[in-house]
Amino acid sequence: MIFEHPDRKTADMDEISADVLIVGGGMAAGWAAVAAAKTGAAVVVADKGFMGTSGVTATAGPNHWWVPPDAGRREAAVRKRLETAFGLADPTWMARIIDITWRSIPELEPWYPFSGDGQGGVYRSGLRGPEYLRALRHYATSLGVRILDHHPVLELLARPDGSIGGAAGHDRLADRPWRARAGAVILATGGCAFRSGLLGSYSNTGDGYLMGVEAGAELSGMEFCIAYSISPAWLSTRTLPYTGARFFDAAGRQLDTPGWDRPREYLCSLAAAFRSGPVYADLHEAPRELPGVIREIQPATVAAFERRGLDMFRDRFEVKLFGEGTIRGTGGLRIADACCATSVPGLFAAGDAATREHIAGATSGGGAQNAAWALSSGVLSGQAASSAAARRSHSDRQSRLLSMGGAGLHPTGAVRPVDRKAVVQTAQAEILDPDKALWRSEAKLSMSAKWLEDAWEDVCGSLRGEGLDAVAARETAAMAATARWCNAAALARKESRGMHIREDYPGQDTDWSRRLITGGLETVYTQREEAPVSELAL
Amino acid sequence: MIEILATRCTACNTCVSACPDHVFDVGSPGELPLIARPDQCQTCFLCELYCPQDAIYVAVGDPDAIPRSALDSDPVGRIRHDYGWDGGTDDPLRYFWKLGPLLRQGVEISSARYALLLQAGKENGLREDGAPADAQAP
Ligand SMILES: Cc1cc2nc3c(=O)[nH]c(=O)nc-3n(C[C@H](O)[C@H](O)[C@H](O)COP(=O)(O)OP(=O)(O)OC[C@H]3O[C@@H](n4cnc5c(N)ncnc54)[C@H](O)[C@@H]3O)c2cc1C
Ligand code: SF4
Ligand code: SF4
Repeated sequence: MIFEHPDRKTADMDEISADVLIVGGGMAAGWAAVAAAKTGAAVVVADKGFMGTSGVTATAGPNHWWVPPDAGRREAAVRKRLETAFGLADPTWMARIIDITWRSIPELEPWYPFSGDGQGGVYRSGLRGPEYLRALRHYATSLGVRILDHHPVLELLARPDGSIGGAAGHDRLADRPWRARAGAVILATGGCAFRSGLLGSYSNTGDGYLMGVEAGAELSGMEFCIAYSISPAWLSTRTLPYTGARFFDAAGRQLDTPGWDRPREYLCSLAAAFRSGPVYADLHEAPRELPGVIREIQPATVAAFERRGLDMFRDRFEVKLFGEGTIRGTGGLRIADACCATSVPGLFAAGDAATREHIAGATSGGGAQNAAWALSSGVLSGQAASSAAARRSHSDRQSRLLSMGGAGLHPTGAVRPVDRKAVVQTAQAEILDPDKALWRSEAKLSMSAKWLEDAWEDVCGSLRGEGLDAVAARETAAMAATARWCNAAALARKESRGMHIREDYPGQDTDWSRRLITGGLETVYTQREEAPVSELAL
Repeated sequence: MIEILATRCTACNTCVSACPDHVFDVGSPGELPLIARPDQCQTCFLCELYCPQDAIYVAVGDPDAIPRSALDSDPVGRIRHDYGWDGGTDDPLRYFWKLGPLLRQGVEISSARYALLLQAGKENGLREDGAPADAQAP
């Protein structure tokens, strides 16, 4: 039974205590919980939604970077990805991530219905979202992890020395606030797609970035937030059916769209086509076997058409590009050591909430690396957070805790109504509009900075949500803040690299073979990482 | 547009928990859940997957969603069945491994199509970017 009536919850719900508190309920959170619990730590997971359906993992079916433990093959896999990482990835991290992924997935055997791989073996590299998270939930629970669904975290709590010692949030089903004390906290809150409608991303509003920065953490790679997926105009689905699609304009003329082997040209050509009107997809040339199996592989994709009375393989349908922000973009909380710690003691980051530059560099890492990263950074942070908690003294664990949350909770000026929709629309327009994102320039980015600054001032100065409404207010604040950091980083990186293309700086510049740190609340700062990437290697 | 079928719903409130976006609230004791925040619905169908009674239907594409009755076959319960969560299939993930190969086949199809187009363009005196072969570089 998954529903626990709020009235029947135990009275101690408001004061929760744990060695490791994990914020989030996707695959990074799940693997972090498992890893921490295996060390014997008392683990609590606080998810905004339901751990099993929330986040982008649940609606996806992630394929993991999957390389057997053969030295030659692993080296080749690392080399291949290094070639497309534009100098910002690190081979040592890559090798570790591959290894942790390979060793972890088989642990799900008791809870996940693994099936064949078509060659007489077991297929383990890809897992379907709902079953994957159901399995992780069971695995974590079997190890004693306590899961708090519908317990969005609103802010981090710090000890007087600045280290993180807990979090506070709102229990949305019982409509009451809660607080947790913890030895260490992991942010596994996913990326931010600015409510673009991207499948599964409604709750991924960048809360972890905002909470992290408020606590003193830094971000890295926020300029790498340019990723889109094509879907029917009315609903984002997974993209499997569309890789072979032909595209047409409103007059029925076929567009000369480049193939999926040229991702940027493909995207630019579609973005240009959308400027002159609606674009339609036609799947008559899809792989022949696809119509027979798609329903079993991705039931939700079929439902998106069937429930509109359409036959996806016969009827031409209007499409749209859905922005993916930092979800399939790469940026996130900066990692300061080899175990997913942020620069703030007691605070760790995993999955899309953390930067993925270590393994993906200036590219997305989509289609294998991302899931492997979410899994492995989860495992690493879970283990490290447990050790960090064990090192805390008894008096540390009892210490006074200070609220770190600002925007949306404690405005700097008088509380006034803020047009939240307009704020989110500004973030979407400035960061996701393909015309701005795919062809960046000083002029466009400076103009965006102005709009984003205005939106942030409004939010920071006047927005306040109370009770349940604090959740929505914080989401608005987090999206505004995230957009501001993405834009500032894009403005600062005066070169083109990977997915970040500047019209005014079209070449890649060796001076910029460094990661770019961003952060700050009142004013945003950007700063090049002091050491070039090779020297950052472990 | 979300519909809870009163004839099937047992008010177990599973959907209230299972929805990741807090669309539902618990109703009065013994009553159906309330569809309290439909504007937060991301149309992920996961409430349908978790509802043990097949008592929820999430229509697609507001504001012009098509009523259930206008569809060729009744979609209620279809999601749970297709995922194999209704126990109707022994091995619901038997084709899941094909995801990668089919994705790659699609990529090859669109890539080959464009390569042909470029080829034809060259034969007609066009450059790779579609401009005439003797056009000046920008
Ligand atoms: C359509 C799609 C297909 C993909 N396919 C692939 C693939 O084939 N291969 C691959 O490698 N990668 C793929 N990816 C990327 C991959 O799915 C992600 O990198 C991975 O799932 C991220 O996991 P996560 O746990 O970090 O984030 P998520 O799964 O998004 O989880 C974030 C969690 O944080 C919670 N949360 C947010 N804010 C708060 C808060 N304030 N308090 C508490 N909880 C909060 C949310 O409820 C959610 O549970 C795909 C992504 C998409 C969108
Ligand atoms: S899960 Fe189904 S049966 Fe249970 S309350 Fe929701 S709609 Fe009713
Ligand atoms: S479709 Fe998804 S978001 Fe909408 S009500 Fe159901 S579970 Fe919630």
